[in-house]
Amino acid sequence: MDLKTFQNQVRSVYKLLLILFGLVVVTSFGAIYFVNNPDLLEKDVLKGSNNLIDIPLEANYDKIENGIHVRTGLVEDVGLMETVNNCTNCHSSKLVIQNRMNKERWVATIRWMQKTQNLWDLGKNEDVIIDYLVKNYPPEKKGRREVLTNVEWYMLKE
Amino acid sequence: MSRRKFIKKASLGAFASIIGSEIIFGSNMPIGYKPLALQEIDPFEMFDKNPEMTVLNSKPWNIEAKAHLLDHRVTPNKNMFIRNNGRIPEKININNWTLTIDGESVKKSKTYTLPQLKSKFKHYTYQLTLECGGNGRSEYNPPAKGNQWTIGAVSCANWTGVRLKDVLDDAGIKEDAVYIGYHAMDSHLSGDPKKEPISRGAPMYKALQEETLLAFAMNGEDIPLAHGFPVRLVAGGWPASVSGKWINRISIRNKEHDGTKMTGTAYRVPCKPVAPGEKVKDEDMCIIESMPVKSLLTYPKTGAMISEGKKLNIRGHAWAGELKVSKMEYSIDFGSTWKVCELEQPVNRLAWQHFNASIFFPKKGYYEVWAKATDSRGVAQPMLVPGWNPKGYLNNACHRIAIKVI
Repeated sequence: MDLKTFQNQVRSVYKLLLILFGLVVVTSFGAIYFVNNPDLLEKDVLKGSNNLIDIPLEANYDKIENGIHVRTGLVEDVGLMETVNNCTNCHSSKLVIQNRMNKERWVATIRWMQKTQNLWDLGKNEDVIIDYLVKNYPPEKKGRREVLTNVEWYMLKE
Repeated sequence: MSRRKFIKKASLGAFASIIGSEIIFGSNMPIGYKPLALQEIDPFEMFDKNPEMTVLNSKPWNIEAKAHLLDHRVTPNKNMFIRNNGRIPEKININNWTLTIDGESVKKSKTYTLPQLKSKFKHYTYQLTLECGGNGRSEYNPPAKGNQWTIGAVSCANWTGVRLKDVLDDAGIKEDAVYIGYHAMDSHLSGDPKKEPISRGAPMYKALQEETLLAFAMNGEDIPLAHGFPVRLVAGGWPASVSGKWINRISIRNKEHDGTKMTGTAYRVPCKPVAPGEKVKDEDMCIIESMPVKSLLTYPKTGAMISEGKKLNIRGHAWAGELKVSKMEYSIDFGSTWKVCELEQPVNRLAWQHFNASIFFPKKGYYEVWAKATDSRGVAQPMLVPGWNPKGYLNNACHRIAIKVI
């Protein structure tokens, strides 16, 4: 083998290595970019793809089951999300659900929270929220003493 | 297919095969969103509570017992109700904790560390009944605003600590002292550091009672976090909100304490009786002091079925705020006739009293056992829900359980 042939071989090995190295660098950067931007290729490639399971968490987050907003337990109706977004930041939805009031008293409760509990001005959402609360959480007539309900009967063993 | 597209598809395919659906999962996950499984906090585990208890509110935490869970003579932590107005303190450094006595009517403002408090003053242990002022609120008609407590916001545990009286005396009480008010380490629900979730208190005569403690132990152990670790003011027989948790300051006031939930309508009832649903002005509302006479059937659990001819043993507890219970009765005919229960003396003042009876039922059928306590002044529990009040406090109506004789 003469010197020229050897030099040519070294050069082509060198070129090959350079290309390989370049590919590794590009792939690495591409991989990093993709991991950081996972939706990069989503639109034109994922459509119609069967072997990937898409879990729509965004939808689950505000899932409604049997007319109940699962995350909060509030009743599904006009004004639900306005109520969720404005009324469950400081206290849990359980406080809303267990209370029963007419319009006047729901309004008074909101005013009390605005005056003493740092509740913000509800703006145009206020009427929506109040209508939602009055319709879905109105007072129930209870009388002076209710009948015992939901009794779980069991045989007493002594 | 263009070369570019081919590369895209190929590389995604490779990624998918390596990492699978995880990437896709990640791509649809809202920023800051925790999967549902991670969001769910188990309050029973977190607070070491009986899973049979009822969570009324998770922000702030409010959890109540059921009657049969309160059967113990001394309430264990696992069955003790939790009532919070704000957020439970998250970081408590016991080495930095101090209690300050200050206020207009303190002779010399003083600060104590926990070891100082424990070493300087004599220790006392009392069984003290703590009942939430709103226990029973759920029965009011028209409904009252707030946590809808049924019957389980009451407890009687062993509290160990030093007398508030001894500590106040050490700092010195001026002649013009009227009230004490506590301040604590819990934070407001809105996160506003300038707001106190609750800062209540008691008039001097209650503050100076022997049984009013600065407690550092409950049932012989450090007070659980949810119940006021490291130090809780315990004032038995009064609305449990007087018994401030996580306290770090007590002010001796020369006027009625005006902290959060002392004013307006909080822990107040109309000074004069009102019709159900009537509007009451703030100035016509009076602070609740002693809780009224009340009792609970803790055995058997409601819904018991027994065979005809068998006797039914019942038991429970009765308490009367500042007073003693002098008589305990039961009825199986909706109050037409009453029979007397055996009633024990309290182990100390302000502790609940235990009662028991053995009942014979005349024939098969559905019965309700109603329990009625009478205090030392002759005042008994009503069978109906008592006088309506705007905030739904002080429902001491008779407790009852359902029984079937078959």
